[in-house]
Amino acid sequence: MWPIFHKLGSPPWLYAIAGVILRWLLPITILALITGMTWGLLFTPAERIQGNSYRIIYIHVPAAVVALAGYYIMALAGAVSLIWRMKMADVAMKAAAPVGAAFTFIALVTGAVWGKPTWGTWWVWDARITSMLILLFLYLGVVALYEAFDNKEAAAKACAVLSLVGMVNIPIIYKSVDWWYALHQGATIKFTGESSIDSSMLYPLLLMIGAFYALFTCGLLLNMRAELLQREARTQWVKKLVAKAGDK
Amino acid sequence: MYFDSLPAALAMEGHGAYVWGSYLVTIAVIAMVVMVPVLRRRRFLRQLAAQLKRAQVGPVGQIRGES
Repeated sequence: MWPIFHKLGSPPWLYAIAGVILRWLLPITILALITGMTWGLLFTPAERIQGNSYRIIYIHVPAAVVALAGYYIMALAGAVSLIWRMKMADVAMKAAAPVGAAFTFIALVTGAVWGKPTWGTWWVWDARITSMLILLFLYLGVVALYEAFDNKEAAAKACAVLSLVGMVNIPIIYKSVDWWYALHQGATIKFTGESSIDSSMLYPLLLMIGAFYALFTCGLLLNMRAELLQREARTQWVKKLVAKAGDK
Repeated sequence: MYFDSLPAALAMEGHGAYVWGSYLVTIAVIAMVVMVPVLRRRRFLRQLAAQLKRAQVGPVGQIRGES
């Protein structure tokens, strides 16, 4: 168990292993996204009440689910960097923020577009929509806070605290449809009990959720690699890497 | 396929603009999520390579280098 922790703390190892994972995960992710989108757009039946506008579900729900899960990952990395002063956890936290912001943005935009034909309005200050907007600001806040500090250690600490405090928002988003009755519908996929969604719509949705998780992982690893290089620019392993790339 | 023809798939019984529009926006954002860090890393590697080259060449290199 401990050797893996030592390795995780080693930038060249992390850089290399992220590269190996990406070589496989990125093509698989893109393939899964194309398959899931085509399936959802063209090969599923229309919904009985909403008609075809419901097809937005195949990007809206996965983006929202992963935007929330991504926040946990970012906050967890922040906690590790705060408690154990692990620099690589800080790299992970900084890498997660823009990806999470992008996913939240997708969820908000597709939700607004879906709302127009379904609810008759682009935007309402519904509890879930409002708390998702706050999530977007939290992600962007972490990105901006990093840029605001010259001192990297102070930036890491401030961002970790911000992401941990922001955790309060996550259960509010989850529970918002139960606590405040508004336009958003309740959960249709449940781990316990019968899901209220037909399997012809459930399978492509699950595929898209999986694909978006994989996409988040790819975005995280890609950002971590870029960040690692910049932070370690003065070290021998980066210089060797650059020399090797120059030989080709 | 659920739709009878390509125009029917594009129109989606009046919901086409909403559905296709949101998919296009999503694809654009996904492309950004992947390409921004890839380009950032490549650009940095190039910069660093140029920097190391200048350091090796020494003062003469500084004249032709863009510093």
